[in-house]
This record gives sequence, C-alpha cells and structure tokens, in this order.
Amino acid sequence: MSDHHKETFITKYIFSIDHKMIAKQFLITGMLMGIVGMLMSVLFRLQLSNPGESFAVLEWFFGEKWAPEGILDPNMYLSLVTMHGTILVFWVLTAGLSGTFANFLIPLQIGARDMASGFINMLSYWFFFAATIVLLISLFVETGPASAGWTVYPPLSALPEAIPGSGLGQDLWLIAMTLFIVSSLLGGLNYIVTILNLRTKGMSMSRLPLTIWAIFITAIIGVLSFPVLLSCSLLLVFDRSFGTSFYLSDIIIGGEALHHTGGSPILFEHLFWFLGHPEVYIILLPALGIVSEVMSVNSRKPIFGYKAMVGALIAIAFLSFIVWGHHMFITGMDPFLGSVFTFTTLLIAIPSAVKVFNYLATLWKASIRFTPAMLFTIGFVSTFITGGLTGLILGDSALDINVHDTYFVVGHFHIVMGLSAIYGMFAGVYHWFPKMYGRMMNKTLGYLHFWVTFICAYGVFFPMHFLGLAGLPRRYYTNSHFPMFDGLTDINEVITFFAIIGGLVQLIFVFNFFYSIFKGSKSTQNPWKSNTLEWTAPIERMHGNWPGEIPTVHRWPYDYSKPGAERDFIPQTEPLKEGETEH
Amino acid sequence: MESKLKNNTSKQLLWIGMIGITMFFAGLTSAVIVRSADHGWERLNNIPQWFWYSTFAIVLSSLFLIIAKKQVRQGISPTPYIFLTLILGLLFSYFQIMGWGQLVNDGIFLTGEKSHPAGSFLYVITLAHLIHVLGGLISLLVTTIKSAQVKYTKENYLGIELTSIYWHFLDILWVYLFVFLLYSL
Repeated sequence: MSDHHKETFITKYIFSIDHKMIAKQFLITGMLMGIVGMLMSVLFRLQLSNPGESFAVLEWFFGEKWAPEGILDPNMYLSLVTMHGTILVFWVLTAGLSGTFANFLIPLQIGARDMASGFINMLSYWFFFAATIVLLISLFVETGPASAGWTVYPPLSALPEAIPGSGLGQDLWLIAMTLFIVSSLLGGLNYIVTILNLRTKGMSMSRLPLTIWAIFITAIIGVLSFPVLLSCSLLLVFDRSFGTSFYLSDIIIGGEALHHTGGSPILFEHLFWFLGHPEVYIILLPALGIVSEVMSVNSRKPIFGYKAMVGALIAIAFLSFIVWGHHMFITGMDPFLGSVFTFTTLLIAIPSAVKVFNYLATLWKASIRFTPAMLFTIGFVSTFITGGLTGLILGDSALDINVHDTYFVVGHFHIVMGLSAIYGMFAGVYHWFPKMYGRMMNKTLGYLHFWVTFICAYGVFFPMHFLGLAGLPRRYYTNSHFPMFDGLTDINEVITFFAIIGGLVQLIFVFNFFYSIFKGSKSTQNPWKSNTLEWTAPIERMHGNWPGEIPTVHRWPYDYSKPGAERDFIPQTEPLKEGETEH
Repeated sequence: MESKLKNNTSKQLLWIGMIGITMFFAGLTSAVIVRSADHGWERLNNIPQWFWYSTFAIVLSSLFLIIAKKQVRQGISPTPYIFLTLILGLLFSYFQIMGWGQLVNDGIFLTGEKSHPAGSFLYVITLAHLIHVLGGLISLLVTTIKSAQVKYTKENYLGIELTSIYWHFLDILWVYLFVFLLYSL
C-alpha cells in the first residue's frame, strides 16, 4: 500500500478506502441520524406529557395528515416510537459507535496501514448509507413509517393491512434493515481479520488496548447474531409478502378470517431476541472499551485488572447468547425455562461487576484530569451501575412480570444501554477528535454539554422507574382514559421538560464538533500524553498512517505513572529499559 | 510474506463469512425445532426423491474438486475437474427445482390457503441454500475460466482454494440440512 497515492475529491471524501475517512463517514452519518432520532423522541414526549393538546410544532413537522390541528395522530405516535428506537439502537449506537471507532482505531492502535480489505470496508459504509436513505424515505410515504416498534413483532409487522404503519413503511424498514445487516457483517468480518493478521511487530494480543479487545469481541458477537436476525426477517418477509404462515395463525381483520394457520408469533420473538440481546452488548462493548482507554489515560494510572477486563468482556459476550428468554418472560413461557433464563441473566452481573469494580479501582487515588471525555467516562460508570441494578430486578422472572410492560423497563434500558453507550461515544469523540481532525474541541462547551446532558438524562429516565412501579404501561399513545394514572401527569411533564432541555443541549455538541473541525485550536501530536500507537502517527492525515516503517511495540498500553519512569506515561513504542519488567 | 498474508486474510474472511452463513441456517433450523415443539404442528413426511439425487450430485462434485486441488498442487491442469464440479453444481440446482415441482404435485405449497409452516419451511430453507449455491456456481465459473487461462500455478492457486473451501462448505451444509429436513419435517 503506497503512502502517498494520488487522490481525487471522490476517492478521498466519498468512495474512500482509507479507514480514517470511513470512520468519519460513519460518525457524521450516525450523528445526523442521532439528531433525527432524538428529535422524534422530543416530539412524542409532547404527546405523553400533554395528551390531546395542540402544539404548533407538531403540525409544522407532520402537517395536517399526521397532526391535525397540532394534535399528534396515534398512528404517527407509534411510528415515531418505532423509528426512534430503530435509529438509536441500530443507526447511532451500533453503526455510529462501532463503525466509527472500529474503523478509526483498529489500524491506528494495532499498527496497520489500513484494514485487511479497504474495499470491503468502503462497501460496509455504503451499504449503511443506502440503508439510511431507505429508512429516511420511509418517513415520507403516504401510510407513514413502520410502527410495530423497533422489535417489529408480528402480527403488526407481518400483515400489511394491520395498521397504516404496517404497509409500505414496514417494507422499507425491512429493506433498510437488510442493507444494515449486510453492512454490519462486512464491517465485522474486516475488523476480526484485521486484528488477527495485521498487528505490528510486538503487538501481541496481550498488549492490545482494551478498545481493540472490545471491538474484536463485538465483531464476533455481530457475526454470530446478525445472521439470525436475517433469517428471522426472511421468514417475516415471506409472511408479509408471499402469504406464508410462519408467525401468523387464526387472524381476523375487519370481520374477515385470514387464511394463515399454524404460525406462531412467539417463534419470531425467539429468533429476534437471539440477536436482540447480543445486540445490547454489540452496543455496550465498544463503549466499555473506549471508557477503559479514556479512563486510564486521564487517571494517569494503568487500567486496573487488564486480564480481568478482557475476561469479563469474553464472559459477557458468551452469556449474551444464552439469556434472550428474559425478554419473553410474559409470553407464557414455562416457569422452569423462565428460571433457567433468570439464572443465566443474573450471571451477567458477575462480569459486569468486575468491570465496574475495576473502573472504580482505576479511579481510586488517581490524579484525575477532568477533561470532557473523562467526565463522560465517569458518567458512563454512573449509568452502568444505576441501570445495571434495575437489570437485576428485570432479570428475575418473578419480578419482571410485574413491571415488564411498564415504564420501568423504558427507564432501565435507556440508562444502562442508551445513556451508557452514548456517553461512551461522546467520550470517544472528545478524546480522539484531535487525532481525527488535528484540532481540539472547545473544552468549556464540552463541560456545558456534559453537565446539562448528565442532569437532563437522569431527569428523563430516573422518574420512569417510579412511573413503572405505579403501573404506567409503556407503548401507549395516551393514558388519559385511566383515571388511576392522573396523578402521574406531573411526572410526565417533568420528564418532557428535561427531554427538551437535554435535546437542545446536544446542539452545543454538534456546533462544537463542526466548528472545531475548521476553527478549533491546533492539536499537538499527543495532546493527552497517551501511550497507544495512534498518537505516534503524524497529525497530517495520510493514507497508510505512518511514513516509512510502522512502529514496533515493546510494552502494553497502560504504563502510566510507572515507578522509576521519567514521565507519567511511556508510549508502547518505547523499549523496556534494562531490568525493567513489563507491568 | 505479502502473498502469505493475503492468503491468510482471504481465507479468514471466507471462514468468518461461512460462520455467519452457518448462523443464518442455524436460525432457520432452530425455528423449525421451536415451532415443531409447539402445538398444531403437522409433519410432512414427504421429502422429494429429487433431493436424494441432488445430495448425491453435490457430494460427488466435492470429490471432483478435491481431485482438482490435488492436480493443481502437482502442476497438472485442474480445469476438467473444476468444470465437472460446475456441471454437477448446475445439476444439483436442477434437481432442487425438480424437487419443488414434486412438492407442488404432492399438494405441498409454499404459500396460500393449503400451505402449512412445515411445507413453507422446506421451501424457504432449500431456497436459501440454493441462493448460496448460486454464489458458489459463479465462483466455480470464474475459477474454471481462470484455470483454462492457466492463471493458477502449483505455488499460487488461492482462487481454487477459496472456491473449494466454500463449495465443500455448501456441500456439508446441504447434507446437514437434508438430514435435518428428513428427520424433522
């Protein structure tokens, strides 16, 4: 691979095979989709806090058809919830997070010129882009976008005539998701093979930064679980479009009995959640990796328990495949089977606790630098604990069935998966921005972004646990017909207030990001005094990453504040001194 | 060194891709297991005779490909054997389509009022496999042409290696699916 081959505008910025550019493409697409998804949540929160009230903003966005006189149509409400979940889970926290940091960090941190296959990498982005376009088009079809929830349970998703969103919107959702799965698989293949084959001299697996370990394991989970979602979707497409009965049976619509017999919607749930639960870790693991790296750098301490951290990642990945039933406790599951899934689910608490303990031990007595990235990292630890604790309740079938269809679950998964992962993503962006663009992001805006986000996020999701315990059902367009929930209106208004402020403050991040690309202060080569290889590459962007030879690695990446060392960091490229032992 | 690395990465990409395909079919076959364990499941007890012929064809095709690989290692042109594999692959596809025809004649349909999940599973699983075979046939065609153009040497025959890994995989996958369908539907 040549270091200085001639590039045109198209090969450099559009059909690029340079992993760094592809990472930026994933990041910016993910950010734009994040804005769309978050805006949707703010808009449907208006309906939840003020059901049936008129808002000019709703009419402005959705027109007379979907928000007559400014009141959100129930079908559009379902569509917004569906698309919000789909966009945030897959487009932002899967592709936006993994796509960005796997592409950006793998070659730079393992010491490679690029990915094993730059072409497959480019294809991975363009499949993702095509998926994005198809999904966005679905927002504008006459019957509205998909509205069966991000989990697309049949029969709503399998019968085009069920509700408006079950029509063309659902077809486009399925096409977009198929393109997305292809993108994820192409990316995952490349990540695994690159990490296995292209590590520079001296970069043994035991010297890999935890970011790379996390991405490596995430890619393995993706390769094992996404194809199952594909098989699940294939059967759904056959039911929808060709009249088979895999998931459908004994259905009457408008007084007319449909021909479907012998199908089972529970079968769909088994197949869906076999992906669905590993998907939680596809989202979380890269964030765990980023947090480990950023925390160690800014604590000026080695990450506590490196091997235990790797072991915990592997254990979480393994367990993620045998817990899917906990999403199905209320499907009439055999109680014994439920207890098995309870047991396997609660086992996940062990490696998760190992990670939390190690994070806290890393922070203990550290000389912490409170950069915006570090604040988001600490924020991650906070939400990982808070959300993890409610996971213990939901993992227990006896407790789960009481709150399963309530806001308790919404609060839980938004905190443990949504917030944690998005904090990991923010931490990664603030930390590696200088490497991406050669400039620094504004710190003050970063602090403002963190604190308002942190307060608002808890303001949104913490009260949801109480709503759930009070029995407020999730997914409903309105609860105003149930007088027992009248007393909860104030809480819903508070949640919406925090959601609006929390949403607005993200604009500060977006401004900071784009402004800093062009006007941020220039970065030095290694602004955080970090040990990993990417900071030895020149600031100027070049395809091939290093001029001349790729550096050789001599030590692990966490030699911070090593006793006897001249500085509080020792880059991985620095040979061990005579008599010096490796960590 | 560079070529060894390329060989390794190409093979690993293929192997991991095949793991993904395996999971895809694991999803479909476990769907049959889960569904058949529930009430209202009707067994077919009718696997078309043609599927026995196609099984024979694909197993035989794999044997020819093994010979082709041995030939290229010894510096002998493997073209005839790769071509034979391609022909047997096409024959496999033909037998599969004939098998579907037999199913229709026997009143087992993919969709519609007379269809049932067991029959639909049979069609969808065999169709999904055939789509993967299509990829293998394209690969065999390209390999045959390249082999005829003497693009492979006994030192460099990565194309044949990759094609044969994938084709053997499709063979083993089909044998698994066939036995599975035989005993579960």
